[in-house]
Amino acid sequence: MANVPGNLKYTREHEWAKQEGDRVRIGITAYAQEQLGDVVFVELPKIGAKVAATKNFGVVESVKAVSDLFAPVSGEVVEVNGELPQKPETVNQDPYGKGWMIVVKPSNKAEWDQLLTAQQYEEFLAQGGH
Amino acid sequence: MSATPLKRTPLYQAHVKAGARMVPFGGWEMPVQYTGIIEEHRTVRAAVGLFDVSHMGEFEVEGPGALAALQRLTTNDVAALQVGQIHYSLLCYPNGTIVDDLTVYRMGDARYLLTVNAGNIDKDWAWVTEQTREVKDARWRNASEGTGLIAVQGPKAEALVGRLADRDVTRIGYYRFERGTVAEVPTLISRTGYTGEDGFELYAPADQTEKLWTALLAGGRGDGAAPIGLGARDTLRLEMKYALYGNDIDETTNALEAGLSWVVKPAKGEFTGREALEKVRAEGVRRKLIGLEMTERAVARHGYPVLKGEGAVGTVTSGSYAPSADKYIAMAYVETALAGAGTELAVEIRGQAKPARVVKTPFYPSRVKKA
Repeated sequence: MANVPGNLKYTREHEWAKQEGDRVRIGITAYAQEQLGDVVFVELPKIGAKVAATKNFGVVESVKAVSDLFAPVSGEVVEVNGELPQKPETVNQDPYGKGWMIVVKPSNKAEWDQLLTAQQYEEFLAQGGH
Repeated sequence: MSATPLKRTPLYQAHVKAGARMVPFGGWEMPVQYTGIIEEHRTVRAAVGLFDVSHMGEFEVEGPGALAALQRLTTNDVAALQVGQIHYSLLCYPNGTIVDDLTVYRMGDARYLLTVNAGNIDKDWAWVTEQTREVKDARWRNASEGTGLIAVQGPKAEALVGRLADRDVTRIGYYRFERGTVAEVPTLISRTGYTGEDGFELYAPADQTEKLWTALLAGGRGDGAAPIGLGARDTLRLEMKYALYGNDIDETTNALEAGLSWVVKPAKGEFTGREALEKVRAEGVRRKLIGLEMTERAVARHGYPVLKGEGAVGTVTSGSYAPSADKYIAMAYVETALAGAGTELAVEIRGQAKPARVVKTPFYPSRVKKA
């Protein structure tokens, strides 16, 4: 079974979200990168862009597949992982660490509670993950 | 969607046991990857990889009329084949578009083997038998089900097959074959492949294919031999600009625009598609299948439009990150006037024009043994 850290929240589209003070760091899960296979391209928004919960904020491509990235929460992008476009394989190597994608300043705190807990996400994966 | 169950090769259980990710491909349940596409790709370029290609189809045709049947059906000149020799060829429709691409083996004086794409076996079988109904003394046999096929590809392939074979395989030239045994399994040892590396394709009886696979894996362990999935098969062939039926060539593309004029031999006499292709040749092709290199990071994929300025001038047929070339590459049909190497074009990816340049191919140097 894929690694699902207990201190993160999750979406059904296999993004993770980590509370860091008043900001939220976002990436894709170990399960997601395993399913994708070798990641060869990552497209992320610019700092200052607005993202909306459940809406597309970027794209990750593996050798075989194109996959949209969905924002767990709404808000303004305040940090972007500038290393990923040059080193997309980082998403496979360290999805919860160096493979993070963006940091968002949330505009709607209520959205946090809509996200899956680690336990809920594990149950979701156990049911097939889609 | 068809409810037909997916077919399995004799190696299905071996793939599952090895932890392969199985996917549907051309009606078959096939391994797309074992450990990772890029790693598997590099194994083939650096050492040796084993591919299960048992899903491919094999037809035999035999008899005094076999040569005439094949001359009518295929575009290459079968009369030029010696016993023990192989060539690449095409089955074309009367309008010059492509039924399938295939290899033709001359097994004996009046006996030939055709290897066709897995997804086209039924279509091809209907086509070849229908089109040659009037040819006397040519007996066809569909040997697809009883035949397993393993490709052994990479710089260490010759040594690996050599250790297990009953003969000196270094003497088998490119696009030549011999019959012998490998790991005591009766095998047609063919010096062919689809990767741009030296290597062999080994045809064996279906019920002994797993024995051969296991022996090759064990015998190659010290060389870093590993099983390779369809994902890496695709990136390897794309670096060579080898066409994949269903992606780059199909019933809507003619043989000449696909860059396959080297296997179209009108001088041999009549064949299906000849008249149409002669007309295309005289008038000049309207578009050409070319190699594109993305000049920014971006993955062009099948069906994406190719642009010159604002206008669409073609379509991508295959594209990927290319692990050995370390570039983002694609194959595309573009208008003939824009097909020259160095032409600056763009590929429309999710609504954005990403710059690309027409380049000479292959994208990575071939190392097949031509001597």
